[in-house]
Amino acid sequence: MGKIKSLDDLKKISKDYKKGLDLREKSSHPEELVQVKVAMATCGIASGAKEIMEYLDSELEKRAIDAVVTQTGCMGYCYAEPTIEVTLPGQEAVVYGNVTTEKADEIIEKYIKTGEFVDGIIPRNYETI
Amino acid sequence: MSGYSMHLLVCGGTGCRASHSEEIEFKLRNELEKRNLEDTVKVLSTGCFGFCEKGPIVKVMPDNTFYTGVTPGDAEDIIAEHVVLGRTVSRLIYEDPSSKEKVPDSKKMGFSKKQLRIALRNCGFINPENINEYIAREGYMALGNVITDISPEDATRLVKDSGLRGRGGAGFSTGLKWELTAATPSDEKYVVCNADEGDPGAFMDRSILEGDPHNVLEAMAICGYCIGADKGLIYIRAEYPLAIERLKTAIKQAREYGLLGKNIMGSDFSFDIELKYGAGAFVCGEETALIHSMEGLRGEPSLKPPFPSVKGYNGKPTNVNNVETLANVPIIFLKGADWFSSIGTEKSKGTKVFALAGKINNVGLIEVPMGTTLREVIFEIGGGIKDGKKFKAVQTGGPSGGCLTENHLDTPIDFDNLIEAGSMMGSGGMIVMDEDDCMVSVAKFYLDFTVEESCGKCAPCRIGNKRLYELLDHICSGKGKVEVLDRLRLMSEVIKDTSLCGLGQTSPNPVLSTLDNFYDEYHAHVSDKKCPAGQCKDLMEYFIIEENCVGCTACARVCPVNAITGERKKPHEINQDICIKCGACMEKCKFDAIIIQ
Repeated sequence: MGKIKSLDDLKKISKDYKKGLDLREKSSHPEELVQVKVAMATCGIASGAKEIMEYLDSELEKRAIDAVVTQTGCMGYCYAEPTIEVTLPGQEAVVYGNVTTEKADEIIEKYIKTGEFVDGIIPRNYETI
Repeated sequence: MSGYSMHLLVCGGTGCRASHSEEIEFKLRNELEKRNLEDTVKVLSTGCFGFCEKGPIVKVMPDNTFYTGVTPGDAEDIIAEHVVLGRTVSRLIYEDPSSKEKVPDSKKMGFSKKQLRIALRNCGFINPENINEYIAREGYMALGNVITDISPEDATRLVKDSGLRGRGGAGFSTGLKWELTAATPSDEKYVVCNADEGDPGAFMDRSILEGDPHNVLEAMAICGYCIGADKGLIYIRAEYPLAIERLKTAIKQAREYGLLGKNIMGSDFSFDIELKYGAGAFVCGEETALIHSMEGLRGEPSLKPPFPSVKGYNGKPTNVNNVETLANVPIIFLKGADWFSSIGTEKSKGTKVFALAGKINNVGLIEVPMGTTLREVIFEIGGGIKDGKKFKAVQTGGPSGGCLTENHLDTPIDFDNLIEAGSMMGSGGMIVMDEDDCMVSVAKFYLDFTVEESCGKCAPCRIGNKRLYELLDHICSGKGKVEVLDRLRLMSEVIKDTSLCGLGQTSPNPVLSTLDNFYDEYHAHVSDKKCPAGQCKDLMEYFIIEENCVGCTACARVCPVNAITGERKKPHEINQDICIKCGACMEKCKFDAIIIQ
């Protein structure tokens, strides 16, 4: 650990480590943010959900979109893995299936940025209690 | 992957640690490794969440799921069910005591609704052993701003304008205290942090130091800059091993970063901090006694003036602030005096941390804005009285405070209102009592504590409190007469008026406030020789109701002193001369034939 020699040094460290706390900071107001859940059960991971999650995580950050990307269990759409659930602030969650990196890019650009639906929506077949 | 997608926060406060939270942490990591998830899910230890009643706590973020009463054996389910399958483990979810509903989201729990965490803002959020997490939450930014841009005078004025008052008990203006110490010319000055938390059942300061030690270090450095001191001392009880360990780690990390030591952040300001251990004497929370103890002298108070701001540690000007007071300082600099003074009541600004204890559902640590009512604290945040019993009184201010009754429940809590109601804010202990508690015994309990803790320097406290205790003991054992009640009051007044320091000046408060609010109960003890709450053993008698007794002999067999006699299938009798009132017979009786009178 090097010494902090000025206020700017301190600010730099603060900025560097903010990312690590991001997840916790955002969970205080998740309803105001874009929430993306990636189904990461065995079926999802086998179909490449991990790569999709990494892609979403880094791309959303690169494109400066305030979002919480997190993992969840099997959503039951094993035929359409990887699946992701996207919740825009104040809206119903939408599930997309067979997500590839290209699809993920389209979802970010169209659905997340403009709210326009893209192909690949899976009708939700359940109600959560 | 650039980061973790889920954080598991395990409480690392003393309460949860005692219930194996370290083992839970270890097992959670183990389970993650088994599933190759250690790079996706982060497990970390934090400070106190405040929900000590239901500890150990594991909080899952980002979904805010709050698991309570977790055991090491539950680690596998949390990982296998919640992390992998996304299903909450319902048996570990908090159940609202009144509605019996499961509340998984910590923000929706009654416990969290009315709370506002300023002093505790990082407790249960950051890892207290990692300075970077504190810095990421704007830590040391206030210190940086102050030493580069603001003059000591302006900085002190800002603290004064914020309206911050000492959280240790007396409620003296913090800014004014700093100003007075700054105004005394001297080649050497000291900043002292009073972490000698001594009230029975209080753990506010311990939790702050365990959960967010850097916050206090930063505040001490700011204070040093304002008053012109380059040395800080933390006087902490040796019974707080975890807090001491975390402080040591924090001081080491701050020194390595150059945030403590010479020329902090390239400025001309130097400041370093040292720990001093107290041996756990209650009176050493009084600032002059504390200073004497640090000097290696007996922990006895001395007359003020001179105040420590003029002549303190080693005879030099010394500023003594309590842990919680200091924990409010950095955020005041970051958010401004106006922000702080917008919270709270007219004369008491900001928030107050309370340690809730006693017959209450949610025992724990809470922080509420000044002006919140006792009812909100006890019934909404505290979840009401245990086992559906009736509320009787709440004791605030520890051994120096008083008992407040139902009539005071809607009083907004602040320094002045509590004093007016006959109690005081104190450092923040809040002990709730129900219908089964005998108020004379409660007063006796506190007197027992002050007798034990009196340093013995002045006669009113040393002898007076002892005599007061004996009077209460007489009342509880049925030897007191009605006249004794006036004597009790007179003696209390004398001790208050003539004692040397705060300990003796406030020690009769529990007696006076219970006398005022529960005179009937005292009266019943002395005139009818009865304890209405059924707590004073000497005033109780166990009786067998003849009609209910079937003569099963169960009670006679369980009695340890053979006080019960009678023939089989005929009503039994208790010999009151032999009975030791252990209650074993009453527990054993299946026919409700035994009662207390």
